[in-house]
Amino acid sequence: MREGRCNPMQYETLLNRTLVEMKPSGIRRFFDLAHEMEDVISLSVGEPDFSTPWHIREVGIKTLERGKTWYSPNAGFIELRSAIARYLQRRFRVSYDPKTEVLVTVGGSEAIDLCMRSLINPGDEVLVPSPSFVCYSPLAAMAGGVPVPLETKAEDHFRLTAQTLKAAITPKTKLLILPIPNNPTGAVLRRRHMEELAEVLRGTDIFVLSDEIYSELTYHDEGPTSFASIDGMQERTLLVSGFSKAYAMTGWRLGYVCGPSAVMSQIVKLHQYGIMSAPTTAQYAAIEAMDNGDDDVVAMRDDYNQRRRLIVDELNRMGLTCFDPLGAFYVFPSIQITGMTSEEFCVTLLKEKHVAVVPGTAFGDCGEGFVRISYCYSIKHIVEAMRRMREFLTERGFLKEGE
Amino acid sequence: MDKLLNLLDRNARMSNAQLAAMLGRTEQEVAEQIAALEKDGVIRAYKAVIDWDKTDREYVTAIIELHVTPKKDRGFEGIAEEIMRFREVESISLMSGGYDFSIVVNARTFRDVATFVAKRLSPLDSVVSTATHFVLRRYKENNVIFLEEDRDERGAL
Repeated sequence: MREGRCNPMQYETLLNRTLVEMKPSGIRRFFDLAHEMEDVISLSVGEPDFSTPWHIREVGIKTLERGKTWYSPNAGFIELRSAIARYLQRRFRVSYDPKTEVLVTVGGSEAIDLCMRSLINPGDEVLVPSPSFVCYSPLAAMAGGVPVPLETKAEDHFRLTAQTLKAAITPKTKLLILPIPNNPTGAVLRRRHMEELAEVLRGTDIFVLSDEIYSELTYHDEGPTSFASIDGMQERTLLVSGFSKAYAMTGWRLGYVCGPSAVMSQIVKLHQYGIMSAPTTAQYAAIEAMDNGDDDVVAMRDDYNQRRRLIVDELNRMGLTCFDPLGAFYVFPSIQITGMTSEEFCVTLLKEKHVAVVPGTAFGDCGEGFVRISYCYSIKHIVEAMRRMREFLTERGFLKEGE
Repeated sequence: MDKLLNLLDRNARMSNAQLAAMLGRTEQEVAEQIAALEKDGVIRAYKAVIDWDKTDREYVTAIIELHVTPKKDRGFEGIAEEIMRFREVESISLMSGGYDFSIVVNARTFRDVATFVAKRLSPLDSVVSTATHFVLRRYKENNVIFLEEDRDERGAL
């Protein structure tokens, strides 16, 4: 059958159908475009501009020097799991047993994937607020679930409302994704908003994946609240968080998931077969972050907060209106005054002024008419980007001189 | 107040509107605070941090360690006041440890610094001895790093 081999393999039909049909991330596509140009000033990344605080790095280095390069226990070092439990108790007043209810993962991303694959049976519906981070729906689909987008609106400051949630629940609803704060909108849920959602969930068998990776970057006086701390919610909540955003540790790839032991024992099993254990060096460094990193978090949060206020003020002044985004490090202004689609706006801005921001549509159809602007950049960088955007709007007649 | 000073310390050219936005105050409040800080002498001046090596300016900087003997009628402050009047002196500080004053001197050439030390500084009554160190290269000044900026290595996800 030599002739038969002349036909190249038809990968598209051979590979996993769900995966092949999945759209590639819109952020990456746009970033590649920006990468080809010179002198581009980018406001598009999704990670801190700070390096990991030195004392945390130093612990990593020391353990490497001492040759501590072996696998850790599957669920992570017990010292780290205990530190995580202590931290959650101290910061959010939620209690987890480090032995049976905490799993250390390869970033928050692995934790999200594990939750999906551990909870979802074929056909189960997964409620995903839109716009939201790009990974939820694809991972739900790969796990055999059916992602159901829940529209969030600018007029609600992009908060998921109890009404929207209630209307979306069917007998097949297995899981609600709750990113608090939200990427790309910067929306937060305060305790009272969480109470409203909890009221809808009480008495159902619906799980909640509370993605609290940006939780430490909350800028209102009330401070961050964990969904697990809401009365009666801990039994259904999988609390996902990690070290990347709060401690500027993105490259270490370390996160965690906490939940009821009956769920966690299944999740740990999957993690054990798929990943074995999270990176060892990163775990040692993370213990230092949990035990001695509070001051770093405060300092970085204060810094982000100043940049946040600056950028929100500038955008509102130039007519790209945005609500006060009280979490994460993104602003999600409306570009409706330009009459362009998000994609058009971003491409034109990039070509004419070499400023890269991400189309809102990269985060779901509800992102149309908005763009995501990241403020994890220096003030100097932000000021220059804002100057160029203002120039862009003025030249195109959307903004009058001196306005 | 401290937050405002920290922002100005990093960049004194931010507009009052920008400072106000960053601090969550009104422009008026910021203007008043700055005026008060200037009046009270907390803010002494606004200057640019310049990497003179990037210009054609011919200059040399020296750090001079100074031993002095304070006299009955003139303490350290009196001596400092006398020395700070020289236009070559960029800064003067009273030190703990092995010597009394540390002086930063700017001049056009090495010879000018030598002349300054020999003819003006050393002859002062209270000066016992001097040790002059020339600066070869500046890497960081006023918290500003004088090296090429690191490339942003972050990608999009």
